[in-house]
Amino acid sequence: MAEFSTPTTEQQFAENFAQLKPVMNRTEALYESSRCLFCFDAPCIKACPSGIDIPQFIRQINSGNDTGAARTIYEANYFGNACGKVCPTEVLCEGACVYNLQEVKPIEIGRLQSFATTKVIKSGEKLFGPGADNGKKVAVIGAGPAGISAACELRSLGYGVDIYEAKAQPSGLTVYGVAPYKITNEETLAEMAYLQAQFGYNVHFNSAISSREELEKLEDKYDAIFLGIGLGKTNELGLPGEDKINCTGAVEFIAELRQHHHEVAVGRKVIVLGGGNTAMDAASESSRLGAENVILAYRRAKEEMGAYEFEYDLAKGVGVKGLFNVAPVEITGNGYVTGVKFIRTETKDGKVSEIAGSEFVEPCDMVIKATGQAKQTEFLGLIPGLKLDGKGRIIANAHTGQTSNPKYFASGDAWNGGAEVVNAAAEAKLTARGIHAYLSK
Amino acid sequence: MPDLSINFAGIKSPNPFWLASAPPTNSGYQVMKAFDAGWGGAVWKTLGVPVVNVSSRYGGVNYRDKRLVGFNNIELISDRPLSHNLREIEEVKKRFPNHAVIASLMVQSRQEWHDIVRASQDAGVDGFELNFGCPHGMCERGMGSAVGQEPKVLQMIVEWVMEVAQKPVIVKLTPNISDITEPALAARRGGADAISLINTIQSIVGVDLDKFAPYPIVDGKGTNGGYCGPAVKPIALNMVKNCAQHPDIKLPISGIGGIENWRDAVEHILLGASSVQVCTAAMHFGFGIIREMTSGLEQYMMEKGFNTIYDMVGKALPNVLHWEDLNMKYKVTANINEDKCIGCQLCYTACEDGAHQAIKLNAGTRVPEIIEENCVGCNLCSLVCPVEQCITMEQTDSGTEHLTWKERTEAGTAPTEFEDEKAGGRHHWVPEPSAALGKERHKTLPGKARIINGETTVPAEA
Ligand SMILES: Cc1cc2nc3c(=O)[nH]c(=O)nc-3n(C[C@H](O)[C@H](O)[C@H](O)COP(=O)(O)OP(=O)(O)OC[C@H]3O[C@@H](n4cnc5c(N)ncnc54)[C@H](O)[C@@H]3O)c2cc1C
Ligand SMILES: Cc1cc2nc3c(=O)[nH]c(=O)nc-3n(C[C@H](O)[C@H](O)[C@H](O)COP(=O)(O)O)c2cc1C
Ligand code: SF4
Ligand code: SF4
Ligand code: SF4
Repeated sequence: MAEFSTPTTEQQFAENFAQLKPVMNRTEALYESSRCLFCFDAPCIKACPSGIDIPQFIRQINSGNDTGAARTIYEANYFGNACGKVCPTEVLCEGACVYNLQEVKPIEIGRLQSFATTKVIKSGEKLFGPGADNGKKVAVIGAGPAGISAACELRSLGYGVDIYEAKAQPSGLTVYGVAPYKITNEETLAEMAYLQAQFGYNVHFNSAISSREELEKLEDKYDAIFLGIGLGKTNELGLPGEDKINCTGAVEFIAELRQHHHEVAVGRKVIVLGGGNTAMDAASESSRLGAENVILAYRRAKEEMGAYEFEYDLAKGVGVKGLFNVAPVEITGNGYVTGVKFIRTETKDGKVSEIAGSEFVEPCDMVIKATGQAKQTEFLGLIPGLKLDGKGRIIANAHTGQTSNPKYFASGDAWNGGAEVVNAAAEAKLTARGIHAYLSK
Repeated sequence: MPDLSINFAGIKSPNPFWLASAPPTNSGYQVMKAFDAGWGGAVWKTLGVPVVNVSSRYGGVNYRDKRLVGFNNIELISDRPLSHNLREIEEVKKRFPNHAVIASLMVQSRQEWHDIVRASQDAGVDGFELNFGCPHGMCERGMGSAVGQEPKVLQMIVEWVMEVAQKPVIVKLTPNISDITEPALAARRGGADAISLINTIQSIVGVDLDKFAPYPIVDGKGTNGGYCGPAVKPIALNMVKNCAQHPDIKLPISGIGGIENWRDAVEHILLGASSVQVCTAAMHFGFGIIREMTSGLEQYMMEKGFNTIYDMVGKALPNVLHWEDLNMKYKVTANINEDKCIGCQLCYTACEDGAHQAIKLNAGTRVPEIIEENCVGCNLCSLVCPVEQCITMEQTDSGTEHLTWKERTEAGTAPTEFEDEKAGGRHHWVPEPSAALGKERHKTLPGKARIINGETTVPAEA
């Protein structure tokens, strides 16, 4: 039996993908903010990659200064609303809240954060604006959390900013990748519109930068270039049968889901390959789309999965079954996927080895590969002097974001190799300061 | 089972819990309902010449998510015709002969006092309470607290009442006075049988930030009101104690002010009250709270082995001394239980900024450490700590020495000059003023702000 019936309307979709962190009302925000202890040198602040002054904004909410709370949040993090909803708070701020040590429920920091930001987004109240024009211009490639955050900060410092984005909507994976039960498209885009209205950067959508000529034009026209390009497509597994119909990459599947909701078809029995957070998301999402069976297949043992525990719990909670110590060897089928041939594995001294003769076929009608995103090495190769590390990540100064080509700066997934929205937002803000320092010399 | 019944200055009641004269005792309907629920007595909403009230009468003080920690009103005495009230009193007394019904009264002339006392007596009341406490509306007309603040006038009116009263007379005192014992003594001189306190405290509970007017707002304007509710209990307790300890007052005391549960009631009783009255809590939660109050009181009495209320009346009084009689040799020092500490560091910042810089932080842990030689034993850290029994105040003196300020003064060992060597803080360590500058900037600035402000060179984990 499927946990969810297949949604056929927008309303059913919204029910199946109900928000995990719904926006609080004023009463709930008052009650929750009342519990905050206002710790000295608060551990929650330290655990937030963007260093939001959490006790300060919670106190502001408690005293009825919601606008001030939103200002406190946005001063540290331009994706304040998105982060409140999509951050893995269990391992960040809320995980560090001192209440955990008392075995009391930690403060719901994420939801309080979104409470304050949602209010100003809805009212459109202006909190920030561009700085006085300093005559310099910066090009930003990619309108994801990194690119947009850099743009906001650069505008506040007086730079002219043009963003070039391959896709049709801003916010990168926030609108194309994050699970729909964490944030809705409307919420995501409303924050983007709110930021753009305040800072006034230009975004050129459907404008992928992909050739040396295009890059040269940017290099001529702008004083600096910010790379916020994130990661690329799902890695190929190199298995026979990978090209069969209904064998898809998780990132691609989720992007479709975010854009087309219930119109996306899912198999009756889905096998998700991988053990990271994206695998958990894809599995949960398949289940919520009405798949009868969802199997999460991972090469190693359960304990070794890269995913956060709460993400696995979330998947289990919607009926996803785990299949551990199995490695896929072939996608079987005839045109369409009919199953995955696995071989069992064992881990000895930290090394995974296959157990000879243990192959078996697990039937299914859809395979989702959540086996990591490729780096955009080909594109990055077009930038003269730009160095990447062994894993394909851009090498850049941790404080200034400056790459080995001094005109180029980078932040976000393309630099850190794939983290969270909050990391991209925090890094890009610092990098914008780095660009400012470089151009002010 | 302990016996909860009382005989308060001749007024008998099945338990010490009475409803105070206020909206909950406005009608026979409410008083019957309250008795039905378990209340022992009711002081009827003050009778007199019926008034006219304004609309928008109450204001509240909320603390964070808690509503009505303080409450204020600008209402006057009963607005119902006297005959209606008296008829209902009679009906209640018939139905509940063993419960206490006390008529609260407030009128002006001697004749009026005589008339209303007689009329109430005829209706069958068990006693009277003279309202000399209302701090708004009535005092401007020379009644209520205007009387309570003038001991001579108070005494005269009590004497008028005693001329005709055949039932016990309680005088209700206003706290809007610097020494509560003065009107209490006047009541005794006038011949009253008991006192009750406190009435409400003159107050403005808040100001509307948009309308620029005090709460409660009546057509854009407001006025001072009377403050009550949980927030006033400490003031009431102190005044109850002052009256109970005074050697010449020697009257039964009905304790009023901030009583919401059995604990509050017991505190009033331990400081000398032998009946207690409740208003705000009944207005907030209804008459049902009486069940928790009586069961809590019974439980406490059983645990302590008290058989009657009188076993505990005033039991804390011998331990309330004047400051000059406290033992200055007694010394407590704060002690942090590391296993319980959750690392909020509220104790640190409280002692650092609000006390004696006697707590320090150490690298590698969020559990603060007490600097014992600096700790003066003020209790502050233990009061702010959010974890039960995490910071305990441990006695560190030998427990054998005893010396009071009075004794020091008599012996000439108390400081008397500005530069006196004998000053308590003379050799207490205090950091240099300039050591404060920038000390905690890296901790009070939020994460990214530290870096953006160029404060990246912070001590690794200090
Ligand atoms: C499935 C999935 C679920 C996730 N869930 C969460 C979550 O719940 N919470 C969380 O905090 N994080 C989550 N993340 C991670 C998070 O989305 C990323 O860390 C974050 O979006 C990185 O931001 P970025 O700006 O570096 O890159 P991206 O968000 O990837 O943005 C890059 C942008 O650049 C554009 N671009 C790329 N190349 C070019 C080019 N050559 N020219 C023009 N434009 C270009 C892309 O179209 C894209 O819009 C998830 C990621 C995935 C894949
Ligand atoms: C521990 C303590 C000591 C105080 N000492 C003084 C004092 O020396 N002089 C003074 O005028 N008021 C003193 N006060 C009273 C306060 O200045 C203030 O009037 C009172 O606490 C009410 O304000 P609050 O509600 O903000 O505490 C003291 C208060 C406290 C708590
Ligand atoms: S750690 Fe928890 S209680 Fe302390 S300031 Fe942060 S949110 Fe508030
Ligand atoms: S008792 Fe007072 S002086 Fe001692 S550590 Fe606590 S706050 Fe500081
Ligand atoms: S206030 Fe209590 S819990 Fe907080 S740091 Fe101090 S001792 Fe620990």
